[in-house]
Amino acid sequence: MSGSSGTITIKCKDMRVIQFDIPGMEQCLNIAHSIEILSCLDNVCKMYPFFYKPTDSNLPKQWGLSTPETHYSKMKDLHKKWRLSSVNRDYSVCPSYPPAVIVPSSIGDDVLIKAAKFRQGGRFPVLCYYHRKNGMVIVRSSQPLTGANRKRCSEDELLLQAVIEGSDKGYIIDMRSSQQAQQAWMTGGGFESKSCYERWKRLHRHMERGKVLQESLIKLVEACSDESHNMDRWLSKLENSKWLSHVQTALSTAGLLAECVERDGHSALVHGYEGTDCSLLISTLAQLIVDPSCRSLEGFLALLEREWLQGGHPFQQRCAHSAFSHARLQQESPVFLLLLDSVWQLWRQFPLALGFSEVLLLRLATEAYASDYGTFLCNNDQERCAAGVKDRTHCLFQSLLKPTERDYYSNPLYEPTELAIWPSVHPQSLQLWKGFFLRWTEQARLLEEVQEEIRNMVIKWGKLALS
Amino acid sequence: MEHIRLPKVENVKLLDRVSPRRSRVGTLYLTATHSIFVESLAPQRRETWVLHSLVCCVEKQASTESGCPLLIHCKNFQVLHFSVPQESDCLDVFLSLQRLSQPEKYEELYCFSYKPNVPEAQRRQEWAFVDARADYRRMGLPNSQWKLSSVNRHYKVSDTYPADLLVPYSATPPVIVGSSKFRSRGRFPALSYYCKDNHAAICRSSQPLSGFSARCLEDEQMLEAVLRSNPHSDFMYVVDTRPKLNAIANRAAGKGYENEDNYSDIKFQFLGIENIHVMRNSQQKMLEVSELRSPSMSDFLEGLESSGWLKHIKAVLDAGIFIAKAIAEEGVSVLVHCSDGWDRTAQVCSVASVLLDPFYRTLRGLMVLIEKDWISFGHKFSHRCSHLDGDPKEVSPIIDQFLECLWQLMEQFPCAFQYNEKFLITVHNHVYSCQYGNFIGNCQRERIELQVHEKTHSLWSFLWTNRADYINPLYRPDHSQTQGLLRPSTAPYCFKFWRGLYNRFDQGMHPRQSVEDYLRAIQEETQQLEEQLASHKQKITEMAREQSWSTASSDKSLPPWDPGNNLALANTPQDYTSSFLPSSTPKDLDSSTAILPPHDSSLKAETSGSDQESGIADLSCRSPLSEESARDPDSDEAVYSAA
Repeated sequence: MSGSSGTITIKCKDMRVIQFDIPGMEQCLNIAHSIEILSCLDNVCKMYPFFYKPTDSNLPKQWGLSTPETHYSKMKDLHKKWRLSSVNRDYSVCPSYPPAVIVPSSIGDDVLIKAAKFRQGGRFPVLCYYHRKNGMVIVRSSQPLTGANRKRCSEDELLLQAVIEGSDKGYIIDMRSSQQAQQAWMTGGGFESKSCYERWKRLHRHMERGKVLQESLIKLVEACSDESHNMDRWLSKLENSKWLSHVQTALSTAGLLAECVERDGHSALVHGYEGTDCSLLISTLAQLIVDPSCRSLEGFLALLEREWLQGGHPFQQRCAHSAFSHARLQQESPVFLLLLDSVWQLWRQFPLALGFSEVLLLRLATEAYASDYGTFLCNNDQERCAAGVKDRTHCLFQSLLKPTERDYYSNPLYEPTELAIWPSVHPQSLQLWKGFFLRWTEQARLLEEVQEEIRNMVIKWGKLALS
Repeated sequence: MEHIRLPKVENVKLLDRVSPRRSRVGTLYLTATHSIFVESLAPQRRETWVLHSLVCCVEKQASTESGCPLLIHCKNFQVLHFSVPQESDCLDVFLSLQRLSQPEKYEELYCFSYKPNVPEAQRRQEWAFVDARADYRRMGLPNSQWKLSSVNRHYKVSDTYPADLLVPYSATPPVIVGSSKFRSRGRFPALSYYCKDNHAAICRSSQPLSGFSARCLEDEQMLEAVLRSNPHSDFMYVVDTRPKLNAIANRAAGKGYENEDNYSDIKFQFLGIENIHVMRNSQQKMLEVSELRSPSMSDFLEGLESSGWLKHIKAVLDAGIFIAKAIAEEGVSVLVHCSDGWDRTAQVCSVASVLLDPFYRTLRGLMVLIEKDWISFGHKFSHRCSHLDGDPKEVSPIIDQFLECLWQLMEQFPCAFQYNEKFLITVHNHVYSCQYGNFIGNCQRERIELQVHEKTHSLWSFLWTNRADYINPLYRPDHSQTQGLLRPSTAPYCFKFWRGLYNRFDQGMHPRQSVEDYLRAIQEETQQLEEQLASHKQKITEMAREQSWSTASSDKSLPPWDPGNNLALANTPQDYTSSFLPSSTPKDLDSSTAILPPHDSSLKAETSGSDQESGIADLSCRSPLSEESARDPDSDEAVYSAA
């Protein structure tokens, strides 16, 4: 600030940096102060989605694309061995689960209640994917609370036993190193030991989360804004951020999970600590790899709704401030962004197999941090209901699927394939997501133009072919 | 043939570098020109052919239980890992290949024995396809400022220069000869590119023999003549593409760079591109990284950084941009040189030309550019690409860097280039393959002595004949970003590792579906449909005319024909195959949709799909499925267990 004018630099959550020169020192300070306060509202109900009134649509009758109930009722193959339990109808068994979850038919609600007490945050194993081809499933949960004195829980063992009923074994993908899993004993957590869960085979895959991931994002964004034009510095900063390593781990762990189910023909349980972050990331990616129905625009959004919104990813805590925040927030972590980046890598490797475009991924990356819509508000279903999100805000996913919007977000080259799409995880095959991290540069604009050109080619061809 | 110690070895294993479980067993044959591996088990008996002249080095490793490993590294970055059952066989193959891949005489090169079934007259025609002189005419030369000089007609002034050169109109033969005596290898300043619109020119030469204080009046006059040939400019740039330190070191050897005080109105500039030895070592390091079996992301990025390769690519592109901007934006002529003026100078002049002139971004344009700036100006292809057994210190990937600069530009401007990545890779392949005569020898004089035009085939006409494979479906010559000067960013994040070239043969690493193929199919289909549409419109008008005659005469049962109203209906595809009978619609619609590309490409997707399936073998989780496998050291091909 100098003399009678001041400069405000606004660093946005979508990586944009804007600078204002404002005459009058006092005014400048006032504006800065106001922006600071308005950008950090605590009360969910004062956030913008509650005031957003698009002219072209009224509040929806049904919020979201689907409910656990309708999802279950559509999956007829599932009904023989799996049931819909409403044990969590008042969110008392697990506050971060939806009111209805899919569990083995042979397991009663009483068992679930007891098993939930043995899992962190009450997140007992529930079904998230059923593989039609061989009847195998992906189940996710949080860590078991074995603690230092190696507690057991027969209900939890029974529940997992029921998951692999009729099969010789199942895999547990634990997203911690075996060392970390053992250390979890000290804080009351732990893992499924061989002796108690005989027919389950544990595989440890260390995945970073929480603060480490957040710092990785901060470093990468910092590297991308380095203007030194020094190649060595760029490559070492890129390496040092470790972001691409996290992408690589995410895709390779998801590949492993998908292999267990599709190639090895066995069911799998995924968890790490809380089961609200990496578990969701890995199960989502694995479903994209093996399940063609998740790859259409609707399918993908429905998958996100099931796994991330109903599945209880704490968006409000994880996606509060993004990369530029000075405050070291304990809960901030870009897991969802890591998912979008990993999906973008899939799209690069299989440009015809996904029904949605990069624009959708970019839009979601923006909306998760700041939105007109209520979709990403709060931390779970329970909080959203309590805050009236479903009654008083608009739903992003529904709006993305509106006929006027959907063309923009769909992939013009989409050619659905029934096959699994196995991503390559070689370092040579993974790339920096320029569309997001260098979003406000000339380069990103040129690449957008190319996508537009591709769309035009397809439209022109489509018109001729139809005429 | 006398070099083949063993024509055939059975039960040889060809190992897959990325996933050893996908290895194949078969028979290895050695022929005069190729090594051929024929798979024995698979029903299709897949064949792998390797041209001897593409072999860069052969490596025989210590024998193991399963056989004797033999590694063949190729100049196109293919790496073949064989395992031969008998050590003695392996040694024979090794020695044969070593000799076969390092011919001692030009006459042994493949291009002199490569005889496709082409009549002699047509073969001669091939060589007329690309002509550097025609490019000067395209630029509007010779004109009142520039003339075609015959001073080097018999390669007497500079034996590494071409016979035809463009020099300033005012440069007399004594000035040219005098100047050439003051330049390394006699490579005096001559024109490389001329900008018709503003008369600015890129000239090239070798370094002056200035030492610490030497001067040459004719050389000073020569530069002045270059400057004066651009009437709108009162100064010119003299660009030394070397790092300043290297140039200073050359002064001790009686060479060096221009002293600004001795030449009138020049601005002197160093551009800091490293020499051929640095580039050779850098590429070697980069290739080692690209060949790592299952590197972590950090291994890869650290290795890439320490190789320095992308830094060098950026230096070449930065230099090209400097020159292109001087020409296009300032309208100032530039003289470019390095030491001898055939490596860095060739790179920088040709990169600048591509940035300046959209013509060089077309298929034919790039051929002309390589013909002019590289082949005719004496880039020492045979030395740099080690066509013959020779001094390893002469080998350097200078042309690789140029092609990579183009690729990096294509990544930034996907609509600006008529050619695609495959074109660059094919050119790269044949620069090294010696299958065509274009790149044989080190200068024009040598090629004439070798009778290359009389005895071999030209790559350019082969590429042109197959141009459909090399056209970029996204090329938009009329696009705003495509016209005039390209303004690339050289921010470090704009440079990427060129997987398509350096890991070309590692199938598992590339995208499993190709946008380009899809778009090409659509484009072809669109074109066909447009043609059909046009011909049908014409037919309709004709038929309408006929019909108006016939209805007038007899048939009243047909509905009254109105070409205007029915045009839309007539435009539907069903009309292609049958008459205008309105009843035939549904069936024909089906048959006509059957020819559309989505159908094609879904077929394609299925075949590539089987590839996707087989690709899974890479990702097998055999070993990861053992408990605690994160620490499992022999995680065999667990690609997903990396990191």
